[in-house]
Amino acid sequence: MAKGKTHGKTLKPRNSNMDLKQSLSSEDWSRPSTFGNELQQNSSLSNQPFAAFSSEQQQKWNDPSILDYSMRTDTSFPKFTQASENSQLLTGNASTQTKVTNQQEGQMNQMLDDGRIQDWDPKAMLNNLSFLEQKIHQLQELVHMIVGQRGQVPGCQSGLVSQQQQLITADLTSIIVQLISTAGSLLPSVKHSLFATNPSAAQLNGVLFTSAPAANTGMMSQNSGVQVQQCVADVKSLEQSNQMDPTGDPGTELYCSAMEEDHEMKDDDDGKEEEHLPPGSYEILQLEKEEILAPHTHFCTICGKGFKRDANLRMHMRGHGDEYKTPAALAKPNKESSSEQVLLKRYSCPFVGCKRNKEHKKFQPLKTILCVKNHYKRTHCDKSYICSRCHTKKFSVIADLKTHEKHCGRDKWLCSCGTTFSRKDKLFGHIALFQGHTPAIPMEDNKGTSGTSSNPAENSEATNKAANVEFSFGSNAADGNGIQSLIDVKGNVEDPYFSLLNYDCSLSGLQDFSQASFDDSSSSFSFLISGEKNGMQSIPNDID
Amino acid sequence: MNRMEMLNEELIFTILDYLHEDEDPLALKSFSLTCKSFCTLESRHRRSAKLLCPDLLAAVLRRYNRLSHLDLSLCPRVDDALLTTLTLSSFLSSLRSLKLTRCRFVTRLGMADLRPNLVELDLSNATELTDSAASAISRAKNLRKLWLVRCKLVSDMAIGCIAVGCSELRSISLKWCLRVTDLGVGLLALKCTQLRYLDLSYVPITEKCLNSVLQLAYLEDLILVGCLGIDDDGLASLKESCGTMRTLDLSNCQNISHIGLSNMTRGAGYLHQLTLSYGAAVGTHLYPAFFNLCFSCFLKLTVTVDVVKCLQNFSMLQCLKLDGCDVTSSALKMIGNWCGSLRELSLIKCSGVTDEGISAIAKRHTGLRKLGITCCRKITSFAIDCVTRSCTSLTCLKMEACSLVSKEAFSLIGHRCQFLEELDVTDDDLDDQGLKYISRCSRLFSLKLGICLNITDEGLIHVGMHCSRLKELDLYRAMRVTDVGISAVAQGCGILESINMAYCDKITDASLISLSKCGKLKALEMRGCPRITSVGLAAIAAGCRQLAILDIKKCHKIDNSGMIPLPQYSQNLKQINLSYCSVTDVGLLALASISRLQNMTILHLCGLSPNGLAAALLACGGLKKVKLHTSFKALLHPSLLEHMESRGCVFQWRDKPFQPQATPCAGGGFVQKRTSNVIEQV
Repeated sequence: MAKGKTHGKTLKPRNSNMDLKQSLSSEDWSRPSTFGNELQQNSSLSNQPFAAFSSEQQQKWNDPSILDYSMRTDTSFPKFTQASENSQLLTGNASTQTKVTNQQEGQMNQMLDDGRIQDWDPKAMLNNLSFLEQKIHQLQELVHMIVGQRGQVPGCQSGLVSQQQQLITADLTSIIVQLISTAGSLLPSVKHSLFATNPSAAQLNGVLFTSAPAANTGMMSQNSGVQVQQCVADVKSLEQSNQMDPTGDPGTELYCSAMEEDHEMKDDDDGKEEEHLPPGSYEILQLEKEEILAPHTHFCTICGKGFKRDANLRMHMRGHGDEYKTPAALAKPNKESSSEQVLLKRYSCPFVGCKRNKEHKKFQPLKTILCVKNHYKRTHCDKSYICSRCHTKKFSVIADLKTHEKHCGRDKWLCSCGTTFSRKDKLFGHIALFQGHTPAIPMEDNKGTSGTSSNPAENSEATNKAANVEFSFGSNAADGNGIQSLIDVKGNVEDPYFSLLNYDCSLSGLQDFSQASFDDSSSSFSFLISGEKNGMQSIPNDID
Repeated sequence: MNRMEMLNEELIFTILDYLHEDEDPLALKSFSLTCKSFCTLESRHRRSAKLLCPDLLAAVLRRYNRLSHLDLSLCPRVDDALLTTLTLSSFLSSLRSLKLTRCRFVTRLGMADLRPNLVELDLSNATELTDSAASAISRAKNLRKLWLVRCKLVSDMAIGCIAVGCSELRSISLKWCLRVTDLGVGLLALKCTQLRYLDLSYVPITEKCLNSVLQLAYLEDLILVGCLGIDDDGLASLKESCGTMRTLDLSNCQNISHIGLSNMTRGAGYLHQLTLSYGAAVGTHLYPAFFNLCFSCFLKLTVTVDVVKCLQNFSMLQCLKLDGCDVTSSALKMIGNWCGSLRELSLIKCSGVTDEGISAIAKRHTGLRKLGITCCRKITSFAIDCVTRSCTSLTCLKMEACSLVSKEAFSLIGHRCQFLEELDVTDDDLDDQGLKYISRCSRLFSLKLGICLNITDEGLIHVGMHCSRLKELDLYRAMRVTDVGISAVAQGCGILESINMAYCDKITDASLISLSKCGKLKALEMRGCPRITSVGLAAIAAGCRQLAILDIKKCHKIDNSGMIPLPQYSQNLKQINLSYCSVTDVGLLALASISRLQNMTILHLCGLSPNGLAAALLACGGLKKVKLHTSFKALLHPSLLEHMESRGCVFQWRDKPFQPQATPCAGGGFVQKRTSNVIEQV
């Protein structure tokens, strides 16, 4: 039941822009029309969710549901629930569901986008709803029919079954899409009304959301953890909310130190070619630290084995039964089968104050999950991999170490002045710049050299020295920065509950929620935490 | 003698200046052998020396202490020790130019000893020259000219050193330096601002370095043959190029079209010569004042009206080479209408060359000196008529394989082209009558009559009577020629230097005996003349002391007795092809005593044993290249091969099957080889 229900809801954008959340009020939530505005609260925001999270972690990994789940107010949309029930009955195929999810997500994004532009029209909404009702009824009948058939003919042909499945899935998809689009049309009006009317919403909101997970632990066990926050990035709203933020944002204090670190950040997470996406043209996802650092991102729902790639998981799933061997189950869930435009996905670093964190004033999103992982490891984690050649360079991403080791000590392009270059063109640029400098050629036949040659031994010694100096300098700098960042982090973790939790820096992004908010668990909202796996899966297949 | 002593040193030096070594290598030798004072004079006069044997270097340096040019390219082995002697020689302070072509054994050690006052250095074909060795060149601060052709191991690093060290460089050739890239060339252009001549043929460069190259203020010649890395897109970004450029060669640059060309030559107002052979399509936008335009070897070049339109601007263009291009008739007409005056036009292997085109060109460019229309198969006598009528000062006409040109055309050539010096009518429809008219061009020094099956002795007699300046005669497969014709030529053309009688199978010893009167004969090719025997060869050896190149392949009757006189008289012999002859170990050993011998081809010699071959190889110290049948590779001792290679000899192993000839003596070689193979297996 829960499975089906959540299935539909998954697709919803969780407008988890913190500030937006803060500014939402409980009253808004109580209205059915806020359907599309449900905001996802991160479980790690509070003590309680965290406790729940950790206690149920194992369970979560084993959780058979691969779907995205999100919070649902059961009462507000009975029809939808009905639809979900149907879907639950019919969809046994996890992968197709995921596919649908992805599709829907894309479509939904589109809808959302559109919705923001339009103003809400209650008439249109009513039309939509009645249309949906019809569709759901049709589907229901169909399913009934299938159930009846199965009862009569037990040995039903698998081909027919799969056909039926596909038919139903398609229907469901369209229903869900429309539902979301309907809901999505409400989004802008809600937002605006909120901002306009309720400046103290943040507090309330925090209360609501943080308490929710505790109330819904049962649900969480099914729905495997919140790890992905989706939000529609709208810089306008961001700024608005920033202004409205009554409690000073600790993130802004962090800001400076993070900026320093940013200089260190390397290519792929830094995004050499900075995208200049207009704010709002993409959707921001934010992973949690645990998720980022988890060795595996895909888990078998049956035996709990972890995988780095979803394709490997699908291969593994074949061992669990024939139903996982269908072409549909083995197919790569394609993210955008529909021709409709899909909102781009960009990622935010969970480290508050980091330039890659969505709250940063000059926020620059990360392109893929891999970027997030590398960025986070490089910038906010210890550099635990040490080069075995030079013993000075340290890396937090093992691939970086391997790249470095490939070049460490070798392929040094030397200038006669003793300067070394990692690249030949750099050396030639240097030589072009300075009068009298020449390339220094490695002396492969030193033995025979007469005295006339310009002391190759000394030369090479000098260059080696230079290289060492360079190296040690580099590493010092790196160390220094590392320490600095550590300190910074510690400085930020003054908030009592952080020390309690023993969670480090990565959580600092959540500080702006006051302690009080966690204590208040009174909320009429059920809170859904999206599964970690699902979070991963719903993300376009960057990793594959 | 006494009178000579009255002359002062300067006057004698002036006289000696006229004794060119190229014309008579023995002249100076005999002068210096006259008496001691002459010997001293000669050694003080000599400025250049070309060494054949490296062992003599020390002696040469002792004797000639005013040498400024030293050529060691003929020495089979130039190594570090040799260069050290060169450096240590206290006499040799005046050395300016050093040629070390093909020195495969020079390392960093030897190069480090190079004199810093060198001005010219040729290290071409030093294929094993490493970066560290080449970087030592940079110590020659005054170097003006550096040739590094086919130095395949030399990379950007060495070029960078040279660029920084030799900032006075005027000319540099990096042809086939496959490891040199944009970086090296870019640095070179940046540091050697005096560069005039830059050859970057077949260097894997792209347009990246061309910007700095074209900014060279004095660049005159830029050779970019086969630079496939350069294309239009890259050239589009080029800035204005240097205005001093006179020659640009873009042959085989298949990725450059007229667009790229126009970008490259923008501002090159004084361009004299442009070569674009075998390249991509060349279009409109060429810029003015090219003197020489060579489009040769542009692979798929279509010379259209567009292309020629751009030529309009090159009013000073003198040389146009469009070899291998696709030329349209209208384009040729455009060339004809063009205001400049061409002196040299090459349309070799151009398709689409028609009579109308040629006649249009001929009418306009009356000053044409050289015309190449080889393989322009549509050409008829009409074109020749126009050319000969208008271009009376034609000195060189290459019209090989113009099969539609009728016999009458040759009479026109003979009548009208009095200044003709070179004529190539290979594979044309030439007969004795035509040859008679051609022989009226008394200035001819090169005449190629290959595959002219209709010419006989009668025609050659006319040649012999009138063309007394003839130096080069090609009778390749002119099968009707006999001894009579050859004798007439030999008699009339006393200064004949090179004659090719290959496959003229009617030739006998009588021809050779008459040719032996041509004392200047340097190259004699008579492969496939089965009637020639050792007697004829002996006569040649005795008469032609300057003989350097001899090809007697498939002259089956030549045996050891023909070989023995060769070392006795023809000490200048450098290259010999003995394949299919009846020469055995003895003859080969006799040959081996020719100290200048460098190049031998010894395939399918019937009576040759491995031991005899080994002995001959060991005895012949100056050998640089030996072509042998593969079967000998196993029969010769590996240490012998090693020894030979360390002496600087390269072996080329050939596995051609034996081509049996009508003459019966052929089979023996194989039988013997087979038996020796068996022996070895046992």
